[in-house]
Amino acid sequence: MGDLSEFSLPIQVFLRGYPWRRIDPVPWTPIVRPLAEIRLALVSSAGLVLGDQPPFDDRMRGGDPGFREIPADADARVLVDAHRSESFDHGPMREDPNVAFPIDRLRELRAVGRIGSVAPRHLSFMGSITAPGRLIRETAPEAARLLAGDRVDAALLVPV
Amino acid sequence: MCNQAVGLVAAELERQGIATVTIQLLRFVAERVRPPRALCVPFPHGRPLDAPGHPERQLAVIEAALALLEEREARPPLVVEWAPTVAPRRAPGMNGPGTR
Repeated sequence: MGDLSEFSLPIQVFLRGYPWRRIDPVPWTPIVRPLAEIRLALVSSAGLVLGDQPPFDDRMRGGDPGFREIPADADARVLVDAHRSESFDHGPMREDPNVAFPIDRLRELRAVGRIGSVAPRHLSFMGSITAPGRLIRETAPEAARLLAGDRVDAALLVPV
Repeated sequence: MCNQAVGLVAAELERQGIATVTIQLLRFVAERVRPPRALCVPFPHGRPLDAPGHPERQLAVIEAALALLEEREARPPLVVEWAPTVAPRRAPGMNGPGTR
């Protein structure tokens, strides 16, 4: 299990004392069809953007709650790391974005029929958000509306 | 923070009718934030799907996550610890499923 020991002591202290937002009640949407028939989207907080997209705003207090749309046919190798956190090693993600944004893996699952289809776009957040009020009130609902409009059945969410 | 962010987005997706499964790198965060379906993985921040350049290992984690979507009888919040699965070994000459 990943644990706090990977972080510096000040970050450990911060994480232990942080007022985590508790989801209550916990919503639950079951999938009603076999996986081989569902449309799957990817939602990542790895802060990856395409080269022609603006990076996330590092100056925003509490963290930039926005997201970028990544077309499903995007080449993983052109994704740019725009995550502001210095508390993890960015090397693996820069070497292979699929380790945090598995866009190639989803296409492979579709190719072998494990899932029905890949959503036309995936969503990329920058997860270093200490003040998630706007995320909860504005950008997460907007993200959900986009994916619902794409008739997405299920989403895989990946932090970094 | 990343663990909380994806959990909060997952909750909103579920409210709007999209099933979710969320990878989590810190179990205590998953237990506090409570995304609907959480797969806790033993990897450090920066590589939530195991090793770069190893598609098969990345797929193994994704498969375990997808399996949570198929848990029809589960009650939220569902928190599951990931463990690599070992494919059953088949003895030479056996036709049926391996037993060892």
